[in-house]
Amino acid sequence: MTALQPRRMHDRPLRIALLRAVLLATAVSLAACGRDTGDDRGAERTEARTTLPSDVHAAPARPARFAIGRTPTESEIRAWDRDVGPDGRDLPAGRGTYAQGAAAYAQKCASCHGARGEGMGTGHAGFPRIIGRDPREGFPFGVDARHVKTVGNYWPYATTLFDYVRRAMPLTAPGSLTDDETYALVAFLLAENEVVGRDVVMDAQALRQVRMPARDRFVRDDRRGGTEFR
Amino acid sequence: MSDDGTPPISRRTLIVGAAAAAGGTLLARLPLTDAAGAQAPAQPAPTPAAPAAPADPSRVLGAPTSAVSVRSPFETPARTPTGFVTGPSFSPIHRFEGTITPTDLHFERHHGGVPTIDPARHRLLVHGLVERPLVFSMDELKQLPAVSRICFLECSGNGRSAYRNAKRELSPQDIDGLTGNSEWTGVLLSTLLREAGVRSDAKWMIAEGGDGPKLSRSIPIEKALDDAIVAYAQNGEPMRPSSGYPVRLVLPGWEANTCIKWLRRLELVDAPRMFRDETSKYTDPLPDGTARQFSFEMDAKSIITHPSYPDRIAKPGWVQITGLAWSGRGKIDRVDVTTDGGRSWTVAELQAPVLSKAHTRFRLMWEWDGKPTSLMSRAVDETGYVQPRLADFRRVRGNGTDFHFNAIRGWTVEADGRVFFGVDV
Repeated sequence: MTALQPRRMHDRPLRIALLRAVLLATAVSLAACGRDTGDDRGAERTEARTTLPSDVHAAPARPARFAIGRTPTESEIRAWDRDVGPDGRDLPAGRGTYAQGAAAYAQKCASCHGARGEGMGTGHAGFPRIIGRDPREGFPFGVDARHVKTVGNYWPYATTLFDYVRRAMPLTAPGSLTDDETYALVAFLLAENEVVGRDVVMDAQALRQVRMPARDRFVRDDRRGGTEFR
Repeated sequence: MSDDGTPPISRRTLIVGAAAAAGGTLLARLPLTDAAGAQAPAQPAPTPAAPAAPADPSRVLGAPTSAVSVRSPFETPARTPTGFVTGPSFSPIHRFEGTITPTDLHFERHHGGVPTIDPARHRLLVHGLVERPLVFSMDELKQLPAVSRICFLECSGNGRSAYRNAKRELSPQDIDGLTGNSEWTGVLLSTLLREAGVRSDAKWMIAEGGDGPKLSRSIPIEKALDDAIVAYAQNGEPMRPSSGYPVRLVLPGWEANTCIKWLRRLELVDAPRMFRDETSKYTDPLPDGTARQFSFEMDAKSIITHPSYPDRIAKPGWVQITGLAWSGRGKIDRVDVTTDGGRSWTVAELQAPVLSKAHTRFRLMWEWDGKPTSLMSRAVDETGYVQPRLADFRRVRGNGTDFHFNAIRGWTVEADGRVFFGVDV
């Protein structure tokens, strides 16, 4: 053999080490330039254990992005972007009264949730009670499972009621309620739960001002693993 | 609808109850799959008559190849569907070996039934606080670099029936059947979000499903950029409709309600949206008069799946104790097993490889002397977290708490070899 062979044997690991250093630096700089961390998280990649033959190369660094996917139209986004957060910023135009809500409830909700929101059936055959303020004192749900959670005694945000009813109800025709109907149902349900008066005409502005009785009961998760059980 | 985790009721109860209350009008409108009742809800199937098998199979011609294989007629594991569009169907975890959950027996929990989605028309929209709003077809999602990862999914209501309505006749399926362990393949969410470019004011992400209720959850951006997967395959094939076909979110280690099925929209936002399933449901009321919110991580847990109810240990002698352990915070470090009601504990063998946020199989050979005793398992994860005793769980979380039931589970062994759920300690 010529002197070339041993030199190549020595050079190759060096070249690979240099290449890896470059790749690592690229990955670090990608991670450092913004919120976009590397896309290798969660996947364990194995590296070849054998020395690479001279005609085999490590995969090139990935681009910052692949430019796959198309730009959605405004109407495409609008059709699906209908969620409402607790600040009520995204509440739509429209309005509804208690009386309108009572009529809509009787027609579209009572068959499952009961005429007075008392719920129907039990367990997974059942439909939950949604009206009621008992227990009047405290927040004893953690102590005794017999207390039934309702909109009035447990839900921390009134906007959730609007979002959920418009999004998911009624079960057999989700998404069929108009914004006015939804406001009316929210007016009815909040009044029946003694959160607002029956005279309140519900609209975006009125709903933003509603403060639910259980609003301050909710705390962020404080479990952190480790030896402490919380 | 109702909470998860309580034992399924029979479809008959459902029909009688709903029809009586609603005069039948409700029933007529609900998409029950089979009004004639031909498809009875499968409680774990009763042992059928022994299938026909030749006296000597080695002396007769066997069956030809088939397009899709089916289970041996001698094996009849089944979930516990309610026949209704909401509520859970429990997985027969005591019928499994190893760590991978058979796909067709993975637990189900839906909120408005299983939608039928044409993958050619399905779209995933990414918008909100991003540099470039984008919409992806399924083909485009599969064009992006893929990853595969084995991890568990678990409904955070898992264990509720054992905690709330304990009785001796509960099987591992009844107790902890709302978990499954699969290999998920898809695009890392961080890859997808890199295409869209996350703005620095994005702190949370809305994930929304394409089912009737358009189930939605708010996810902290840190998790979205960490190990979240936008998955399109489960155990080597496109996932089943009941698992989110054609695409779902998989958040390893987090309560499965956050792993939105039939995923159609991701919106980057500045604050959580306080959806129904992160306020009214999936929050943990505590004895101090608060309710814990956004309790995403599943605490370490384990259950002995054999011997268990309704097993009967045939006779004194060697028994292979085996079960599953898992933690939403990483790898299982150790599983301790007691065969004397908690007086002493033995370190069980863990099946390698032990994977992070994945079901881990433990085993321990035990020589039963034929005397009544009780068995328990206790998982310890790599953060040092120890699965709590039931008494400690009740003290810290309260009798009324609603989710994340991970207290130690135990089995009573009677002198005749029968095994029942529950240990009085």
